Amino acid sequence: MDLTYSAEEKQFRHEVRTWLESNIPAEPLPSFDASREGFEAHRAWERRLDAGRWGMVTWPQAYGGRALNLIQWLIFEEEYYRSGAPLRVNQNGIFLLGPTLMEYGTAEQKARFLPPMAAGDEIWAQAWSEPQAGSDLAGVAASATRVGDTYVLKGHKIWSSRAAFADWAFGLFRTDPGSQRHKGLSLIFFPLTAKGVRVQPIPQIDGETGFAEIFLDDVEVPAFNRLGGEGDGWSICMATAGFERGLMLRSPARFQVAARKLVELYLAHRDAVEPSVEAAVLQGFMDAEAYALSIYSTASRLAAGGQIGAEASTNKIFWSEMDIALHRTALSILGARGELLRTAPAAGDVGKWLDGYFFSLAGPIYAGSNEIQRNIIAERMLGLPRA
Amino acid sequence: MDFRFTDEQLMMGSVLRDLLADLCQPADLRRLMAAGAPRDERRWSAIVEMGVAGALVAETQGGLGLQPVDFVLGAEACGHACLPEPLVENAGVALPLLAALPSEATQPWLAAGLAGETTIAIQHPVNPFVADADTAGALLLVTDHGLHLVPREAVRLTVQPSVDPFRRLFTTDFDPPDWPPLVGPDEADRLLAAALDRGALFAAAQLLGIAQRCVDLAVAYAKERQQFGKPIGSYQAVKHHLATAQVKIEFARPVVHAAAACLPQGDLFSRARISHAKLAAGEAADLAARTAIQVHGAMGYSWEVDVHFFLKRAIALQTWWGTPALHRGRVARRAYTGALGPDATFPMESSHA
Repeated sequence: MDLTYSAEEKQFRHEVRTWLESNIPAEPLPSFDASREGFEAHRAWERRLDAGRWGMVTWPQAYGGRALNLIQWLIFEEEYYRSGAPLRVNQNGIFLLGPTLMEYGTAEQKARFLPPMAAGDEIWAQAWSEPQAGSDLAGVAASATRVGDTYVLKGHKIWSSRAAFADWAFGLFRTDPGSQRHKGLSLIFFPLTAKGVRVQPIPQIDGETGFAEIFLDDVEVPAFNRLGGEGDGWSICMATAGFERGLMLRSPARFQVAARKLVELYLAHRDAVEPSVEAAVLQGFMDAEAYALSIYSTASRLAAGGQIGAEASTNKIFWSEMDIALHRTALSILGARGELLRTAPAAGDVGKWLDGYFFSLAGPIYAGSNEIQRNIIAERMLGLPRA
Repeated sequence: MDFRFTDEQLMMGSVLRDLLADLCQPADLRRLMAAGAPRDERRWSAIVEMGVAGALVAETQGGLGLQPVDFVLGAEACGHACLPEPLVENAGVALPLLAALPSEATQPWLAAGLAGETTIAIQHPVNPFVADADTAGALLLVTDHGLHLVPREAVRLTVQPSVDPFRRLFTTDFDPPDWPPLVGPDEADRLLAAALDRGALFAAAQLLGIAQRCVDLAVAYAKERQQFGKPIGSYQAVKHHLATAQVKIEFARPVVHAAAACLPQGDLFSRARISHAKLAAGEAADLAARTAIQVHGAMGYSWEVDVHFFLKRAIALQTWWGTPALHRGRVARRAYTGALGPDATFPMESSHA
């Protein structure tokens, strides 16, 4: 066990820090979920990252990446969050579809889809859930009917993140009309601008439009847009969900920044808050550290050829509950100012905590609810019998 | 950067774990309890024969010259087995402290300790009692004048029964003029601070082992016990209790292991990480023990089911080698005065990594 950075790792950190310092936007960008303007500002940032080859750092060099190992990826993420760089509008592509395409796509599909994904020219939404297929995702009813070299898509997708402004979506469709449950499903891509697609943004708890409903009414796409074999959709989808729940979507750096700000907030208001708040602040600091250490441990194991297992589920429960606790504690320190919107004249920096608190409430729900994660831990990690 | 144990480190843990799986099952614990003896001599001999007493003592002094990170999995195994004998305190804390004292007076005791012929008990300002004093050959005792090494025969012991039937706690009294301090108060403070780090780290490791054992016991029971025609472990209410306890364990473990690796730094950051490990493992053990009792239902509240042994050890170790308040204070010092943020996961005072 060696918990020190090598000279190369330190040099790499320096390189990332230097690039970010001279490239991050001078002003914070408007939210990519609130307006087209914000979305396009983030697309421009993705293009800038790509131009510096900092967009898809874990991807192979052939697709614009740097083929970083997981420890280097952690260092990159640490520097990225430390610098206050914009959130990644491209994360469905970077962490979900990109790796899945590399694993299951044909050479032609990779050549068609990966470069514009890396460049930010095509930004992706995911279209898995349906009104009747949430936690029970195998209940997917949207259909894809094969007609010659095309599929005709029909159905209703919901809770599609980024769909309000994105260019493309990847979704799960029933290609075998007689099939049940996990069988007969395929993963198919469609442009959100295609004829027959209607996107209906869903206002969120915070008033933004981070997700949307997608209505598909006889949408024709080439059969080329199917990833993997017909009927392989479920297993590919589970592999993608593994990436999502796994290491990469929630890097510890994000929570370490939040914990640092929480400690600073506490120290600035120490004399005004009740004593019990201190324990919550320290818990937030320790939890962010514990999460980082856990990810370093997993990353070291994976780098040595190990496989990710149920820790994808333990991670998800831990970070989502930590995120809520960090923000609740901050609001308790802010007292009566905690309810102010970011736009309130007296808000100053305060409003960010309320935004973050709302966002944190989604954590235990999306990417597989924490109830589902607890079932997975109980059954796959502890070996308890299925219901 | 490589957050993995080496094969040798893993081996150290598994050898001890296998030995205790043979010799330290709950039936063995019950037999010892019925006998009222301080030790199971067969088990203690087997442990002594492993030759790990000198694990953390330098090779030049006759020890194995290992680091805390080499010993941490062994301490975890001792917690998992609820080991009654003082392997962790003796090898993990007392002998390294003895080895750091001037050698003229300590040499015979150190030699006997390394050979497994005797153990050393240790008094520490954070612990109100001395554990395993009655079976020790000598005690390291603290006064305002420094640290004293006193043969057991010269110490008056008053037994202080613990809720944990295997913990042997004592208050002590001796005549300091007969046993002048080996080091003065300043040097004693330095050595005792290092002992606190080792004591807290290895208590944390044992708590981690206890926590996992509690979940293991409850999982085994939940697979067997049937209600409404099905194993109770198939019901979500039971599954979610156990999953929640396991999540606590998963996020205490890397902290304990990182704390072991950074202990030699002896700085603000390593001390805080050890304290974090102690707090996290203590909370994991507390939740896992209570969850195991709940999952066992009424049986969980009985003397017959083994969970209470682990509950009681968890209660004891959560305040041994520093209360949660003491350790939270050390974390606070680090959080309020040290570098924070994503590039400060592995900080140290001696470099600006």
